[in-house]
Amino acid sequence: MKKVSLKISHNNIIVLATLLLLFILYGSGAALYKGFFSMQVFLNLFIDNAYLIIVATGMAFVIIKGGIDLSVASVVALISMVSAALFQQGANAFVVIFAALLIGTLFGAGQGYLIQRFQLHPWIVTLAGMFLARGISFLISTESIVISNPTFVLLSQHKIYVWEKNFITISVLIALAVVIAAILIGRYSSFGRAVYAIGGSEKSAILMGLPVARTTITVYTLSGLFSAIGGIVFTFYMLSGYSLHLMGMEMDAIASCVIGGILLTGGFGYLIGPTLGVLCTGIIQTIIMFQGTLSSWWTKITIGFLLFLFMAFQRIIVMRKEKSALPASKNKPNFENKVVNL
Amino acid sequence: MASLAGLARNLSKQKIIWPILAIVVLFLFNLIVIPDFFRMEWKDGHLFGNLIDILKNGSPLIIIAIGMTLVIAKEGIDISVGSVLAISGALAVFMLNGYPLWVVVLAGIGAGLLCGLWNGMLVAILGIQPMVATLILLTIGRGIAQLITGGQVLTTSNKAFQFIGKGHLLGLPFPLFLAMGVFLIVYLFKTRTAFGLFLEAAGGNKTASSYAGIRPKVIFMTAYTITGICAGIAGIIISSNIASADANNAGLWIELDAILAVVIGGTSMRGGRFYLGGTIFGALFIQSLTTTIYSLGVEPSSILLVKAVVVIIVCLIQSDLFRQSFKLAKKKVAAS
Amino acid sequence: MSTDYVLHMKGISKSFPGVKALSNVDFGLRKGEIHALMGENGAGKSTLIKTATGVYDWDSGEVRLAGRPIAPKSPLEAQQLGISTVYQEVNLCPNLTVAENIFIGRHPRKRGFIHWDKMYADSERLLERLDLYIDVKQPLSHYSVAIQQMVAIARAVDISNGILILDEPTSSLDANEVKQLFKVMRKLKQEGMGIVFVTHFLDQVYEVTDRITVLRNGTLVGEYVTSALSKTELVSHMIGREWSTEETAGMKAVEQISRDLFLQASTLGKRGSIYPIDLQIGKGEVLGLAGLLGSGRTEIAKLIFGIDKADEGILTIDGEQISSMYPQKAIQKGLGFTPEDRKVAGIVGELTIRENIVLALQARKGLFSFIPLRKQKEIANKYIELLKIKTPSAEQKIENLSGGNQQKVILARWLATQPKLLILDEPTRGIDVGSKMEIRKLILELAASGISILIISAELDEIVQCCNRIIVLRDRIKIGEVSGASMRENVIMEMIAKGAELYGKPGGIGA
Repeated sequence: MKKVSLKISHNNIIVLATLLLLFILYGSGAALYKGFFSMQVFLNLFIDNAYLIIVATGMAFVIIKGGIDLSVASVVALISMVSAALFQQGANAFVVIFAALLIGTLFGAGQGYLIQRFQLHPWIVTLAGMFLARGISFLISTESIVISNPTFVLLSQHKIYVWEKNFITISVLIALAVVIAAILIGRYSSFGRAVYAIGGSEKSAILMGLPVARTTITVYTLSGLFSAIGGIVFTFYMLSGYSLHLMGMEMDAIASCVIGGILLTGGFGYLIGPTLGVLCTGIIQTIIMFQGTLSSWWTKITIGFLLFLFMAFQRIIVMRKEKSALPASKNKPNFENKVVNL
Repeated sequence: MASLAGLARNLSKQKIIWPILAIVVLFLFNLIVIPDFFRMEWKDGHLFGNLIDILKNGSPLIIIAIGMTLVIAKEGIDISVGSVLAISGALAVFMLNGYPLWVVVLAGIGAGLLCGLWNGMLVAILGIQPMVATLILLTIGRGIAQLITGGQVLTTSNKAFQFIGKGHLLGLPFPLFLAMGVFLIVYLFKTRTAFGLFLEAAGGNKTASSYAGIRPKVIFMTAYTITGICAGIAGIIISSNIASADANNAGLWIELDAILAVVIGGTSMRGGRFYLGGTIFGALFIQSLTTTIYSLGVEPSSILLVKAVVVIIVCLIQSDLFRQSFKLAKKKVAAS
Repeated sequence: MSTDYVLHMKGISKSFPGVKALSNVDFGLRKGEIHALMGENGAGKSTLIKTATGVYDWDSGEVRLAGRPIAPKSPLEAQQLGISTVYQEVNLCPNLTVAENIFIGRHPRKRGFIHWDKMYADSERLLERLDLYIDVKQPLSHYSVAIQQMVAIARAVDISNGILILDEPTSSLDANEVKQLFKVMRKLKQEGMGIVFVTHFLDQVYEVTDRITVLRNGTLVGEYVTSALSKTELVSHMIGREWSTEETAGMKAVEQISRDLFLQASTLGKRGSIYPIDLQIGKGEVLGLAGLLGSGRTEIAKLIFGIDKADEGILTIDGEQISSMYPQKAIQKGLGFTPEDRKVAGIVGELTIRENIVLALQARKGLFSFIPLRKQKEIANKYIELLKIKTPSAEQKIENLSGGNQQKVILARWLATQPKLLILDEPTRGIDVGSKMEIRKLILELAASGISILIISAELDEIVQCCNRIIVLRDRIKIGEVSGASMRENVIMEMIAKGAELYGKPGGIGA
C-alpha cells in the first residue's frame, strides 16, 4: 500500500476544511448535548442519510464532469412511487428492484443524450427531467402508498449489530459499497479519469482524443443509476411511495458535494467528499434536533450559509489559480507549490 | 398566393407571433372540448370567468417573467425568484401587524431588491455561474421566509392589503393593473433610456460592448436587481391574494414557468435580443395551459408532465444542432 | 524521392463557407529535419496543420504518411496514426497530474485497474529524455507554461510515430526556456524525428530549422533551405511584396510635422506582452505600427486604450497625465479603437446597424441621456451615407453585412463620438479590395480633418500609403522609426529582417 501523507495543497484544502468542520460540528454537538456522543447517534447519521450519500456521490460525477443533475430528487420519488405501485400489483421484490434500476438508468441516459447530442444546457434538461419524473409519479398516484411487501420490510428492518447494541441497516452497507465503487471508478478506470479530464478542459480532452461524447452520456446515466439505488434505499427507509417525497433534495445533494470539496466548475474533488458533506449536514440536523427549541428551517439556513461559504472559498481558489497561471508570475515563488506537512 | 406566403414568412419572423399562435391553438381546442371555457359573468360589479382567472392568476407570473427576461437577455438566469417571492410575501404579512400598508409594501419590494442585489453581486462581481449563484438564495430563501413566519402560515384580515391581490378595478382584477404597470415601467426603461441597448449589447457580445465603453457588470447588476424587485412585487400580490404567507408553497416552481414564458416569448437562452411583449404572451399561454388543465378535470398535478415536455420541445426547437439534424433527415427522405 | 518524406501533403485545398483557406498547397516533411511553416495571419498555417491532425478534412489533395495515404477523421485517429501536435495554448488538463496528462487515454493497467505506480515511473523516464526532472505526481497547473509545454511535447513524442508538430510553442516562453526547448528539438531531430515548427519569430527560425515553407493567403509561396534564404527574402515572401525599385513613398510624407502632441507614452509596457516603449502622436498625424504577427503591435494599442493595464510607464493625453486607463476613460478622452478581431470584439452581431453605430456615443453619454430614436436614425443614416455603407436600411442586422461594411460600421461608431484619436487595428483585414481602397482613402480624409490616427497593419503598402510616420516593431521591441523619404516598404522589411542594429536608435524620432 502507498504511504498516506497529509499535505495541504489547493487540491485537497477544501476537503481538509470539510474534515475540520466535521470535527468541530461533531465536537461541539458532543460538548453541548448529553447523549450526543454515542455510537448509535453516530451510526444513525449513516442510517438516516444512506440514500443521500448515494445520490450525492452520483451527483459528484456529474459535477466533476462540469455538468449538473437537478432531476435526482424526483427520480428518487419516482422510484419510491413505482415500487409501491408495482407491489400493489403484486410484483416480486426483486422484479421491483430490477425495474427501479432500469428506470433510473434509462432516465439518466435520456437526459445525457439530449445534453450531449443537441448541446442543450444541462440545467434546463435536468430541470425538465425533474418535472417529468415528479409528473409521472403524480400520474401514478397523488396519495402516499404504503409498502408492506415482506421482503422489503425485512430488508428495511434488518439490523446488523456492529458493536454491542449499536447497529446499522442494510442500506448503510449498500451506501458504503456504492461509495467504494465510486472511488474505484473515479481513480482506477479510464471512464473515471476521462470525467476528470473533461471537467478540467473539455477542449483539451477532445484534442487528446478522449471519448467525450460517450463519457458525457455515461456520466448522466450513472447519476440516474445512483439515483435509482438511492431511491430503493430511500424506499427501504420510508416503506412508502409518495410523489412529494424529498422535495428539494437535489439542492441537499449539490450542497453536500460543494461542502465536500467538489468544485462546481468541474475537474476537482474527491469522491469521498459528498459523504463528508452529507455527514456535515446530518450533524447539523442532529444538533438542531438535540437542541429541541430551534425549528427545522434553521437546518436549511445553516446549510445554505455553508454552501455560500464553500462556494466563495472555491471561487477564491479558482481565481488565485487563474492568476498564478499567467506567465508573468512564472518566476515568483508560487504560493500553491508550498506544501505544509501536518 | 405568393404574397400570402410572404406575409406568413414576415409574420413568422416576428417572435411575438409564436406565443400568440400557441394561445390561439389552445383556445380553439378549448372552444371544441370545453365550450363553457369562455363563459363570462358580471357579478358584484366585476367580471367572472376563466379568461379573467387567467389574467388574475397570471399577473404574478407576468411580473416575474418580465424580470427573468432581463437576466436571460444577459445570458444569465435566476432560479431563486420563487424563494425571493416567499420572503417578500412573508415579510409583508408579518409587518401588517403594526405598520401602515405603504411601509409594508415598500418593505416587501425592498426585500426583493436586496435579494436581487445579492444575486447580482455574486454573478457580476464574484463571477459565479448564474445558476449556481442563485441556487444559494433558492436554498436559503425559504428558510428565511419560514424564519419570518415562525414556521406557521401567517394569515391576515387586512382588507386594504387583500385588495392588492383580490381587488377589482373597473371590473377587472387589480393585479392585472399592477402587471401592466410593471410592464410599462420596464418597457419605458428599455425604450426611453439606454438600458435596453446596453443590456442587449452586453448580452450579445460582452467583449465588444466593453470595448465600446459599456460596463457590463453594472448592467448585469441592474438586471438582477430589477428581477429581485419584480419577485418582491409578485410576492406581495400572491400573499395578498391568499390573505396569508405560506413560506413553503408560495410561488413554488414559478421559476420554471417564468423561464418557459421568456423562452416561448422568443428571447433566446443564449442572451442578446429580448422581447418583453413576447414574454407577456408567453406567461399568458402558460397560465391558460394551467387553467385549461384544471377545467378539463384532469389531475392538476399532471401539469408538471405537460410543462416538462413543453420545455424540452422548446429547447430542442431552439437548438441549432437539432434543426440541422432535422433538415438532414428531411433531405435524406427527399433524396430517397 | 518521395520515400524520403515522413509526411507528404500534396495539392491540399480546403474551403470554408465564403473563404478559400487553402488552395493546392504542398508540404513535405523529411525524416530527421526541423521544418518551419511560416506566414502571416490568414496564410493558412493552422488550417494546413489541422487537416493533417484530423481536426478538419480537406476538399482535395492527398496526405501520405511514410508513403501510405491517410485520411484521419479526428485528432484521436491522427494520434493513433502517430501524428501528434503541441499547440500554442497548452492543450492539456491543468487539473490532472503531470503523469496522467502524458498517459490519459492510454493508461497502463494491472488487472483491469489503472496502474498508477507504473504510470508515474514511465512518465519520469519520458521526461528524463527531455532533460526534465520534476515531480510527476503534482497537478500540471503547479508548473510554469514552459514546463507544461514540455509535458505536452513528452506526450506528443510518446504517441508519435516519427512526426511532431509544434504550433507556435515559443510565443509564451522566455529566452532561457526557448533555449531549453530548442535543445530538446535538436535531440529529437537527431533521433530521427521529423518536426514541423510553426512560429513567427525570425531569429528562432534561423536558429533551429533546416527548411522553411512559406504560405501566403492560402497558397504555397515556396519551400526553401534555411541556410540559403536571407531574412530579407523571407520577410518579402511572407508579406508578399517583392523587391522593386519603384516604391510608393508615403503620400503625405512631404508634409512636415510641426503639430502639437496629442498623446505621449513614455516607457509604457507590460510584462509578457510588450517591452517598454516610447511613442508620440501629434494632432492630425497618422502614425503606423509595422511589424510581424507577435511583434507587439496589437499589445500597444490595447495598453493605450486601457483594455490591458500597463505595469509601467506614463501615458499623457492632451497634456494630462493618465494614472490608470480603462476603455470608458479612453472614450471620455476622445479615443476610439477598432479591434483586430471584428467578430469577437467589434460588432454586436444581433443588433442593427443603427444600434451598433450609436453604441459608443450612447455609452459616453451614459444610461439616462438617451439619444432619441429619431436622432439615432439621423446619426446612422448620416454615416451610412458618408462612409457609403451598402445596406438597404439602418435597421438591418449587422451580421448580415459583408466584412468591409461591418468595418465601416465600427468606424462610424467611433466617428459618431467625434474622436480625437482613432486606433485602427488591421482596419482592412479580410475585406475585399474595393472596400480596402475606400477605407484607406477615408483614413486619409479623416486625418486631413484633424483627427489623429494610429494604424496597425501587416500590409506594408497600406501603412506606407497612409502614414506620416511609422514605428517598426520586432519581437515586442520598438526597433526604430521611419518617416519622410526613408518610409519605403523595402526599408521597413529590411529593418524587420535585420533587427535594430542597422536603422535608427530606438526611441529616436525620424530617420
